[in-house]
Amino acid sequence: MSNSPSPAQAPSRIRSDRGSEPPPAASAGPSANPAPSGQPNTSEAEALARAQAGDHQAFAQLYALHKRRIYSLCLRMVGNVAEAEDLTQEAFLQLHRKIATFRGDSAFSTWLHRLAINVVLMKLRKKGLSVISLDEAMEPTPEEGPSRSFGAPDLTLTGTIDRLALEHAVAELPAGYRLIFILHDVEGFEHNEIAAMLECSIGNSKSQLHKARLKLREALRAQKQQEEGS
Amino acid sequence: MTGDPSKMSCAEFQAQLPDLISSGKDAAAHPHLKNCELCRALLSDLETIAEAARQLFPSVEPPDEVWENIQSAIKREKEDDVGPGVAPHHP
Repeated sequence: MSNSPSPAQAPSRIRSDRGSEPPPAASAGPSANPAPSGQPNTSEAEALARAQAGDHQAFAQLYALHKRRIYSLCLRMVGNVAEAEDLTQEAFLQLHRKIATFRGDSAFSTWLHRLAINVVLMKLRKKGLSVISLDEAMEPTPEEGPSRSFGAPDLTLTGTIDRLALEHAVAELPAGYRLIFILHDVEGFEHNEIAAMLECSIGNSKSQLHKARLKLREALRAQKQQEEGS
Repeated sequence: MTGDPSKMSCAEFQAQLPDLISSGKDAAAHPHLKNCELCRALLSDLETIAEAARQLFPSVEPPDEVWENIQSAIKREKEDDVGPGVAPHHP
C-alpha cells in the first residue's frame, strides 16, 4: 500500500455532504456562472478544461465554485481566520501551478480537497507541529486522566450537545488533537489515510482521536456542570 | 488482564476503547458494559460527540481580499516566468 499523500489520491470516505458545493455569493470574488439546474458539473468541467489551457477567467470560475469549501476546510484545521486566509491563497496558487497535471483519476473537488489539506499540513509542519511529540506532551497526568473524570452518570452528554459549544471546544483543543479530530470526525477520513497524511502510525491516529474526544467530553461536561450550577 | 471480557476492569476496557470504536463493531455490546454504568456513559458520550461532529462548522465565505491576493500572486509569478527579455510591468 502506498502511503505517500498526493492530490490525486481520493479519500475513500469523504462524506457525501462534503461533496456538494453551495452556490458562491454573487457579491464576493469572481462569478461562477453555475450551470443550469440538473447539469451541475458541466460548467465546472468546461471551466476546468479551459483553466488547464491557461484561461484566467476559467480559473476565476473554479475559485468561485470552490472557495467556500477550501476556506472552510483551512479554517477548521487551523482555527485561525488570518492563517486560513493565507492557506486558502496558497492552496489556490498551488492549484494554479498544478492544474495542468490533473488527470481526472478522481473528482476534481476531491483532488483539490486533498491538495488543500497537504498545503495546511505543510504549513503546520513548518510551524513545528509533530503529532507524536504533541501526543506525548499532552498525555494526561494520573490526576486528570479520563478514568477519574467520569463523574456521575447523570452528567452524560447524550442528546444535549450544543453545536456552538462543541465548535468552541474543538477550537480550544491542542493543534494535534484538533487536526486528527477534524480529519476523522468532521472531514471523514479513515485512520489509515490520516496516518499516511501525518506520517504517523494508525495506532497513533486512533489514540489521538480518542484523546481528542475525551478532552471534548471533559470540556462539554464542565460547561454543562457550570450551566446546571448557575 | 483477565481472559473473560465481562470481568475486565474499567482501565482495561478503556485501553481497548480506541480500537473497539474504530473497528466498526458494536462497542455497546461489549460484555464489560453490561454492569458498568460509567463506561456505558463514556461510550455513549464519545459516540454522541463523533455524531455531532458531522454537523460542525458550516462553510463560510473567504473575504474578497483572498482572491485579490491570489490574482496578484499569479500575476507576479507570470512576470517572473517571462524573464529579463521582456520588460515586466511594474508601476
